Amino acid sequence: MIELQGICKTFRVAKRKSGFRRAVKALVSREIETVHALSDVSFTVKDGEMIGYIGPNGAGKSTTIKIMCGILTPDSGNCVIDGRTPWKERTAHVRHIGVVFGQRSQLWWDVPVCDSFDLIRDIYRVEETAYRQTLEELTELLNLAEILKTPTRSLSLGQRMRCEIAASLLHRPNMLFLDEPTIGLDAVSKIAVRQFIKRLNKEQGTTVILTTHDMQDIEALTERILLIGKGRILLDGSLDELRRRASVQKTLVVEYSGAPPALSAGMTLAESREGRMVITLNPAVCPASEAIARIAAQTDIVDVSVSGISAEEMVAALYQEYEI
Amino acid sequence: MKAYLAVFRIRFAHTIQYRAAALAGVVTQYAWGFMELLMFSAFYRVNPEAFPMTFQQIVNYIWIQQAFLALFMTWFWENEIFETINTGAIAYEMARPLDLYGRWFCQSVATRTARCLLRALPILLVAFIIPGPLRMTLPPDAGQFLLFLLSAVLSLGVVVAFSMLVYISTFYTLSAVGMRVMAAVVVDFLAGGTVPLPFFPPAIRTVVELTPFAAMQNMPLRIYSGNIAGTDAALGIGLQLFWLAALVFCGWRWMQKALQKVIVQGG
Amino acid sequence: MKLYLKYLSIHVRSSMQYKVSFALLTLGQFMVSFTALLGLWFMMNRFHTVAGFALPEVLIGFSVVLTAFSIAETVARAFDVFPVIISNGEFDRMMMRPRGLIFQVLAAKMEFSRMGRLVQAAAMLAYAIPASGIVWTPDKILTLVLMIVCGAVVFGCLFLIYAAITFFTIEGLEFMNVLTDGGREFGRYPFAIYGREVLKFLTYVVPLALFQYYPLLYLIGRETGKFYMFLPLVSLLFVFPAYGFWRIGLRNYKSTGS
Repeated sequence: MIELQGICKTFRVAKRKSGFRRAVKALVSREIETVHALSDVSFTVKDGEMIGYIGPNGAGKSTTIKIMCGILTPDSGNCVIDGRTPWKERTAHVRHIGVVFGQRSQLWWDVPVCDSFDLIRDIYRVEETAYRQTLEELTELLNLAEILKTPTRSLSLGQRMRCEIAASLLHRPNMLFLDEPTIGLDAVSKIAVRQFIKRLNKEQGTTVILTTHDMQDIEALTERILLIGKGRILLDGSLDELRRRASVQKTLVVEYSGAPPALSAGMTLAESREGRMVITLNPAVCPASEAIARIAAQTDIVDVSVSGISAEEMVAALYQEYEI
Repeated sequence: MKAYLAVFRIRFAHTIQYRAAALAGVVTQYAWGFMELLMFSAFYRVNPEAFPMTFQQIVNYIWIQQAFLALFMTWFWENEIFETINTGAIAYEMARPLDLYGRWFCQSVATRTARCLLRALPILLVAFIIPGPLRMTLPPDAGQFLLFLLSAVLSLGVVVAFSMLVYISTFYTLSAVGMRVMAAVVVDFLAGGTVPLPFFPPAIRTVVELTPFAAMQNMPLRIYSGNIAGTDAALGIGLQLFWLAALVFCGWRWMQKALQKVIVQGG
Repeated sequence: MKLYLKYLSIHVRSSMQYKVSFALLTLGQFMVSFTALLGLWFMMNRFHTVAGFALPEVLIGFSVVLTAFSIAETVARAFDVFPVIISNGEFDRMMMRPRGLIFQVLAAKMEFSRMGRLVQAAAMLAYAIPASGIVWTPDKILTLVLMIVCGAVVFGCLFLIYAAITFFTIEGLEFMNVLTDGGREFGRYPFAIYGREVLKFLTYVVPLALFQYYPLLYLIGRETGKFYMFLPLVSLLFVFPAYGFWRIGLRNYKSTGS
């Protein structure tokens, strides 16, 4: 159970100026800017949930994650995770969480992966039999058998990411924070990582918080989405809900034989030529099913296809809507 | 020439951004110089007769050294240059219509000058007003001061020309941190960075004074303090000119060869 | 402790993968302190004594400082490169592990090339121990050991303070060099030669003289009170302000980028 309540965090940054004269001037006086990384962030995550935490660069995703991991101390607000305040009871807290940063490695660069694993076992004081069992499971699920003896620096990115995920699960945490776990991976590796996370959440009931810019991750994995922008939580809901909120249009392509059909409210003609029409729908006024029924009543439909916008476009639309 | 000036300006503006660093540098060098002088005065008390300079000369030597540290110490490397070579970004550099040797030379001079300008004035100011025997004095006369300025410029040139050789050697050995450390300490020692050359045993001193290292900080510091004057100073400056020309020539030639190698190997 | 040995073996294995650069760096570090010794030798050769100390006596003080510094630097090197550890996110990772932070930072990096100086320190001791004319009774041997061990701890504390400052700013760290590198460089000579004011500072504020100058007096028989023998232990009190400062810094930690 994760509970955040009214978390605020600010940073003070000295402005660096360009230009020769201004650089000289800055010797004497310097402007200090206060950046509100998080202002009044509150949300709750239940055990076993899988959450997608999205927002543009610099919105405050990493800051939130870092507060939940006990790295940063917020200026004000409460955060209780499984009954502990992360920054106050750091060691007790981190024993129960696992963290993967897609852009950074926790494995020792020059030694074989299994040596890194052994060291992590000792750091977390994992009992030997439990460790053997976990490692065996992870080796099988993530297909690590052949790469365990390889030094980290010789692994491909996909192999490394599988090892990183395994490394953060060796102590069997009941909560996993994933920060862009699929960044830079090829399609096959991406799917493997996603499948594993899904399975982990289903079978072990591990709570997963996922931040990513890859909307396919979100579509494949999470039911609930938190959208953050400029340090505030803007939306909290399912992907479908977001889709509705984003008031996005659908595109209807109709091929017909016979007279061109007349359009009704909620339908806009985007493109038309003999026997083919591209119509933009506003689903709030005219759902796709209704539109098709109306057109079918007027003409013979040869072929029809409806396409929504991709999650990617939807998020871009949301960002635009909120001006973040 | 205009391009070189631009390089100079950018480096200069970049360096003076770090105000707190400069302040810390001033405090550090002031404390350092103070400790050095206390050490020399301990030896002076043991036996003033054995002191090869007057005490005022060593005072001036140390304060000028601390104030102009960034100009004369070999270990102020341009890390950017090492990185450019190590990461292979050298290919971009070669695509620019500037002679690389000249550009790097200019960049080094600019960084050193910027660092030094920020730090020198406060240190000198304090050194001139502290009461007691550790106070710094002006050089004996205006002529001597002009000789010092000339020698300081040449000395900066020799130091940079020498570091260019170290940068270029990076083309041949990639991980050369050890070499760098070694080159810096040995050179600075022989240039009188740890102990001024007059304190060296006579035989060693005679040899060292002919090397390019003596054309580095040794010369301007001793000219300012009045330890070297008249014909000796003129001869010393002549030696500096010679070494500057020799080092630049060698460095430039070597650079062309090294770049040729880069082209042949395709980066 | 077992975990520390694990880390140790990982570091040894990693640094052995780059043998040539390791050797060169060790040699480089050796040269740094060797030129310091050469300078000292030039001066002592010319003046024979300084503040009443002869060459072997000076060398004992120097080798104590050098040994203590090298040990501290080898073990606590990570604090010295702390800005890097923060900027590459390694420190974030440490905070996510259920272990003490100081322990993890210590274990994060061990710089064996700094051992280059130890060779020289050992050589100086090998010369100075017989040449000083000290009768090496057990209490004098104990004094020497205390000097080195406590010295390493004090230098370690200085590195810790250096790292703690990084939490507030990475600019302006340079002035700490006066105390760390400066401690090593100026520790070549017994700290008393720098005058009474400096000695006071190095006794009461940054206790470098407590493990170098005072016990050295006891070693060479200038002072006979047992008090001088145990002064290095007093220098250990420096741990408290250093650790306190580190705690304050930690609360101010800002992490980096994404």
